[in-house]
Amino acid sequence: MPNTNDSLLLMQGICKNFPGVQALLDVDFSLRRGEIHALMGENGAGKSTLIKVLTGVERQNSGKILLDGKEILAKSPLHAQELGISTVFQEINLCPNLSVAENILIGREPKKFGSINWTQLKHQARQILDRLDIDIDVTQSLGMYPVALQQMVAIARALEISSKILILDEPTSSLDARETEKLFDVMRKLKGEGLGIIFITHFLDQVYQISDRMTVLRNGRLVGTYDTAELPRMDLVSKMIGRSLDELEDMTRFKHETGKRIAQEPLLEAHQLGRTGSIQPFDLELHAGEVLGFAGLLGAGRTETANLLFGVDSPDHGTMTFDGQEVKKFSPLNSIHRGMAYCPEDRKADGIVGDLTVRENIVLALQASQGWFKFLSPKKQTEIADKYIKLLNIATPNADQLVKNLSGGNQQKVILARWLATNPQTLILDEPTRGIDVGAKTEIQKLVLELAEEGKACIFISSELEEVLRTSHRVMVLRDREVVAELAGGELEEKKIMQIIAGS
Amino acid sequence: MKPTTSLLKDLRHHSLFWPVVALLLIMLFNLLFTPGFFRLEIKDGHLFGSLVDILNRGAPLMLLAIGMTMVIATAGVDLSVGAIIAIAGAAAAVLINPALGRELVTSDKLIEDVTQTPLWLVILIPLIAATVCGLWNGILVSRANIQPMVATLVLMVAGRGIAQLITNGQIITIYYSPYFYIGGGYLFGLPFSLYIVAAVFLFAWYISRKTSVGLFVESVGTNASSSFYSGINEKNVKLLAYIFCGFCAGIAGLLISSNVKSADANNAGLWSELDAILAVVIGGTLMSGGRFSLVGSILGALIIQSMTTTIYAFGVPPEVVLVVKALVVLAVVLLYSELVKVSMDKLFEQKGVQP
Amino acid sequence: MKLSKVLLFIVALTTILSVIGCGAAAPAAPAEAPKEEAKAEAQPASSDKKTYEDLVVGYAQIGAESEWRTANTASIKEEAEKLGVELKFSDAQQKQENQIKAIRSFIAQQVDVIGVSPVVETGWETVFQEAKDAGIPVILVDRRAAVPEDLYATYLGSDFVEEGRRAGEAMDKVLEGKGKIVELVGTVGSAPANDRAKGFREYIADKPDMEIIASQSGDFTRAKGKEVMEAFLKSYGKDINALYAHNDDMAIGAIQAIEEYGLKPGEDIKIVSVDAVRGAFEAMIAGKLNCTVECNPLLGPQFYELALKVVNGEEVAKWVPSEEGVYYPEEAEALLPERKY
Repeated sequence: MPNTNDSLLLMQGICKNFPGVQALLDVDFSLRRGEIHALMGENGAGKSTLIKVLTGVERQNSGKILLDGKEILAKSPLHAQELGISTVFQEINLCPNLSVAENILIGREPKKFGSINWTQLKHQARQILDRLDIDIDVTQSLGMYPVALQQMVAIARALEISSKILILDEPTSSLDARETEKLFDVMRKLKGEGLGIIFITHFLDQVYQISDRMTVLRNGRLVGTYDTAELPRMDLVSKMIGRSLDELEDMTRFKHETGKRIAQEPLLEAHQLGRTGSIQPFDLELHAGEVLGFAGLLGAGRTETANLLFGVDSPDHGTMTFDGQEVKKFSPLNSIHRGMAYCPEDRKADGIVGDLTVRENIVLALQASQGWFKFLSPKKQTEIADKYIKLLNIATPNADQLVKNLSGGNQQKVILARWLATNPQTLILDEPTRGIDVGAKTEIQKLVLELAEEGKACIFISSELEEVLRTSHRVMVLRDREVVAELAGGELEEKKIMQIIAGS
Repeated sequence: MKPTTSLLKDLRHHSLFWPVVALLLIMLFNLLFTPGFFRLEIKDGHLFGSLVDILNRGAPLMLLAIGMTMVIATAGVDLSVGAIIAIAGAAAAVLINPALGRELVTSDKLIEDVTQTPLWLVILIPLIAATVCGLWNGILVSRANIQPMVATLVLMVAGRGIAQLITNGQIITIYYSPYFYIGGGYLFGLPFSLYIVAAVFLFAWYISRKTSVGLFVESVGTNASSSFYSGINEKNVKLLAYIFCGFCAGIAGLLISSNVKSADANNAGLWSELDAILAVVIGGTLMSGGRFSLVGSILGALIIQSMTTTIYAFGVPPEVVLVVKALVVLAVVLLYSELVKVSMDKLFEQKGVQP
Repeated sequence: MKLSKVLLFIVALTTILSVIGCGAAAPAAPAEAPKEEAKAEAQPASSDKKTYEDLVVGYAQIGAESEWRTANTASIKEEAEKLGVELKFSDAQQKQENQIKAIRSFIAQQVDVIGVSPVVETGWETVFQEAKDAGIPVILVDRRAAVPEDLYATYLGSDFVEEGRRAGEAMDKVLEGKGKIVELVGTVGSAPANDRAKGFREYIADKPDMEIIASQSGDFTRAKGKEVMEAFLKSYGKDINALYAHNDDMAIGAIQAIEEYGLKPGEDIKIVSVDAVRGAFEAMIAGKLNCTVECNPLLGPQFYELALKVVNGEEVAKWVPSEEGVYYPEEAEALLPERKY
C-alpha cells in the first residue's frame, strides 16, 4: 500500500466502460509530490483513458479521485486545470502563426477595459518562461522556434502558478536527444518545486533516465506500481506485453545469422549523389539481404537522403545505379517500378490516407504501379488486404475500417503492408517505430530482419540508436546534412556512434 | 437493442440518407400543396409534366455536378464552369452562323434554317474548347500549384470575356433546327438531354469504380502527399479531374444554348458554378476532398432543381424566392452537421431503449 | 388557393401604393418636348449661335456591357458623323474612375458640352462641379446621377414607368380589356423591373377584368424566362390568356416554352414585352409576339439636339424622356430591316 499521507493524487478503483469495451477495470494510481511518475503500457492498455478520466475529458463509471485528500470530479480539461491538473497532450495544439506570448496565455489574456493588455501579456508570458529557465523572445511568432521549444511553450501554457500536477503525454516523440535533454531539465526543475509529473512515453531509455516510479497498465488493468530503480528493463517489457521476452536476445542472434547471407554485388549504388540545400554528395552501397541503418540527429539529413534514393526529390549531383542500370528518372512511381518501397518519416502527413479504408491503403502503391486501367477488383483487393492484416497482425475489425481510426502502430503496419504488397526488392523505412508501443516495435524490427533474410535490401532509419544497432548490419552516420561515417561489424557500438554524431 | 433501431441507424448513417430524405420532403410538399405537380401526360408523343421539367431543366446542373464532384474530390473547386458554359454556347452559336458574331447586320439570310458548319463540328469544337478550358485550370492547379479557387477564378472572370469576344457582345439567336434536338428533343418519350446525362454519368461511374481512377482521386483528395509517396502521379490526377469538369461544363453549355436556341455570353450559366458546388455538397461529398458520391451529386442537383421548379409552380413572390431557397438549402446542409447527427442519434436511441 | 388570394392582396396593395406614389410624382414628369419645332429652330442659327458643324462634344460612355449599350454607342457615333459634330468619345470599361478621368480631360480640352452615362449613381459632385466652374454643361444620358439639379443641364433617358404603362395599354388592346395575365419580372430590385411592374399595374388598376395571376422573376434572360414560363404553364395551363414580359429576351424564352406546351404564342397566349430588340421583331413577324414597347438605345439624334440647345442657352426641361415607340406585328415586317439592335 502506498503511503497516502505524502500522496498528492490518489485514484482508486477507477472503472470506465465504453460501449462493448472495458477500458479501465479497477485501476489504482497514486502520485507523490515532487515525483516523476511514468505511466507505462502498450497502445490500448488504458493510459490515455486514465488520463482522460483524470482531466475531465471522460467521466469514470466508478471509483474516486482524491487530490490533496479531497475528492474531486473534473468536469472538463479547463476545470481540471483550475483544480491544479495541467496537461500537455500528445499533439501540440498551438498556433504557430501567433506569438509565443499569445500562445502561452491564449484564453486567459490579461484584460484592461475589456481589451487585451499587451504589455501585461508579454510580462506574464516572460515570467512563466522564466520559471522554466527558458529565455526566448515572447513577441516572435511561435513557428519560428524549433519543435522542442514549441513543446516547452506548450508546457508553459499548461502550467498555472497553482498547478500541482503536470501530465506530459508523449512529449518527446518529435524531439531529438539534445532537445529531450532540455525538456528533462525543465521537468527536473518543476519536480524540485514539488510538482507531481505524470510522464507517458514509449521510450524506455527515457523512462529509466528520468522517472522515479512507474505504473504499468495492461488491457485496462493495473499490473503494478514499481520503483524505477528496482525494476529491470526486461522485466518492465515483459510486464507491459504480458509475456516473458527474450526476443531482444533472439534478435541479435538472428541478425548475425542473416548477416552471413548478404550478397556481394551491390543492388543499389550511389556515387556522389547529392542535392543542393538538402544533402551533401555521398556514396552509398546497398546489398541484397542487408539492413543498412542511418543514424544521426533529427535534421541531420537522414530523411533527405532517403528522399533522394526513392526519387521524392531529384538529385542535382552525382549518379545512382540500381541493379547495374543507371537511374535516369527520379520519381516515386519509377522507384516502385524498380522494386523499391519507402515508408516515410511523417506517418500522418506522407504515409496514411486517413479517409480511405485499410484495404484501399494497402493496395494503393500496388495499384499505382499497375496504372490507371489494370484495376484490382474489390475482391482481389480484399484478398490482398486480408493476407497482410493476418501476416502483420494488424488490429482492425475488418479491412473496410477507415485507417484513421486505427492506432499509430497499426497505421504503421498498414503502410508496411502497402509496400510489402508491391513485393519490393529494396525497402527504405524512415522512423517506422516512432510513437508506437514496445510490442509493435519489436514486431517491426523483427520483420525488417526477416525481410533481409528473404534477400531483400533494407534501409532502416531511426532516432533511437539502440534499435538501429539492433537491426542493422551496417550503419551510416549523418551529421549536419552530410554522411560523416560508415561503420560495420565490430565498430557498431553505441558509444562510438554517439561520439561521431556529437562530432567529437 | 432492437434490430429495427440498428437498421434505422445504419440507414441514417448511409451517406445518401439525407439527400434522399430532402428530395422526398420536397416531393411530399408538392404532393400536398401543388396540384397537378405529379401529373404526367403524353403530348406530341412524349412525356410531359413538372417531373419531366425537373429532369430536363436539371440536366445541365447534373452534368456540372458530375464534373464538379471529381474536382471537389481532389480537394479542389472549379469556379469557372459557368464561364465555360458561356464559351461553349457562344462557340456553337457562332459556328452555326458566324456572320452574327461579327457585325450588326440585318438580313433575312441570317434567320434561315441552315448552318455554316457541319453539325458534328458544331458539337465537337465547343467541346474541345471547353476541354481546353479545363486543361488550363488543371495546369494552373496541378503544375503552377495555384490554389484551386484562385486558379479557376481567372477563367471565371476571363471566360465570360472570351465568350463575349466570340459573340461580339451580342445575344446570338440560333435558327438551325437540328441543333435544337440536343437540348430540346425527345427520344422514346423522354428528353434527349437525359440520355446525355445518363451517358456521362455512366462514363464517370465506370472510370471511378471500375478503373483505379476513383481510388486515385479519393486518395489524392484525402492526402496528396501520401498519394505521391505511394507512387500516384497526383498532378495528373488533378489535371484529369479539371479536364473532365471542363468537358462536362462544355456539354452543359451545348444543352443550354440548344434549349433556349440562343447564346448569351453574359447570362448563360451565370452562377451555375455555385449551384454545382452546392449540389455536390448536398450530395455528401466534402469540400475538403476525398470520398465522393456521384449518385449523391445527382441527387443534390435534383434537389436544387426541384426546389426551383417548386418555387415557380407554387407561386412564391419573386422578392422572397432567394430567401426561400436559402432557407431550404440551410435546412438541408444543417442535416449534415455533427450537432444534428448526434441529437438525432440520441432521439432515436431514447425511443429504441424504451421497453 | 389561399396563397393566390394573399398574393392578389399584395399585388392590389402595391398597385394602390404605386398609384399613390406616382400621383405625387406625376407633376414632376416633364411634358413631351415638341422636338420637331426645336429642330427647325436650330437649323437657321444666327452668327453667335453654335451650329452642329462647330459643336464640340465630349462623351463619356460606360463601356460595352450589353447589346443595348453597343447600339447606344453606335447611335452616338453615327449621328455625330452625320451631323458633322466633333465628338470626343471615351469608353470607361465600366469604371467610374475612367469616366471621371475622361470628363476632366474634356474639361481641359474645353469642349462645348459633355455627355455622360454614369456607371453608378453616386460620387459625381466634384467632377460635375469642375465642369460647371469651367462653364461646360453636362447632359446625363440614359442613367441618372445622384447630384443636385444645378450640376447638370438635363437628363435624357427612358421612363421605365411610362414603358410599363404603355405595355399595359398595349395589353389592354390585344386582350380587348379582359384576361388573366402572367408576368415575367426582370432582375428583382433593378430599376427597370420595379418601374415596368409599377407602370403596368397603374394602367390595369382600373381594368377590373384584367388580372395578374402570377408574377415571377426571369432575370431578364431567355433561359430563365423559358424555365419560369414552363412552370407557369404547369400550374395554370390554359387559364393563362396573356404574358407580360419585362424584356424581349424573357418573352422569346417564354415563347419556346409555350410552343413546347402545345399552345400558340401570340394567339392562345398574347404576349407583350418591352425593349423592341431585333428578336422581338422577328417573333412578331412570325406572329408569336403581339406587341413590344420600345426602350430606345438610339439616343444620338435626341442627344445632339439637346446639346445644341443647351450650348445656345435655350431652355430645356430637366428630364427629357427618350423617344420611344410601341410596335405591333403589322409594322414589324416593314421596320425590321431598319432595326439596328
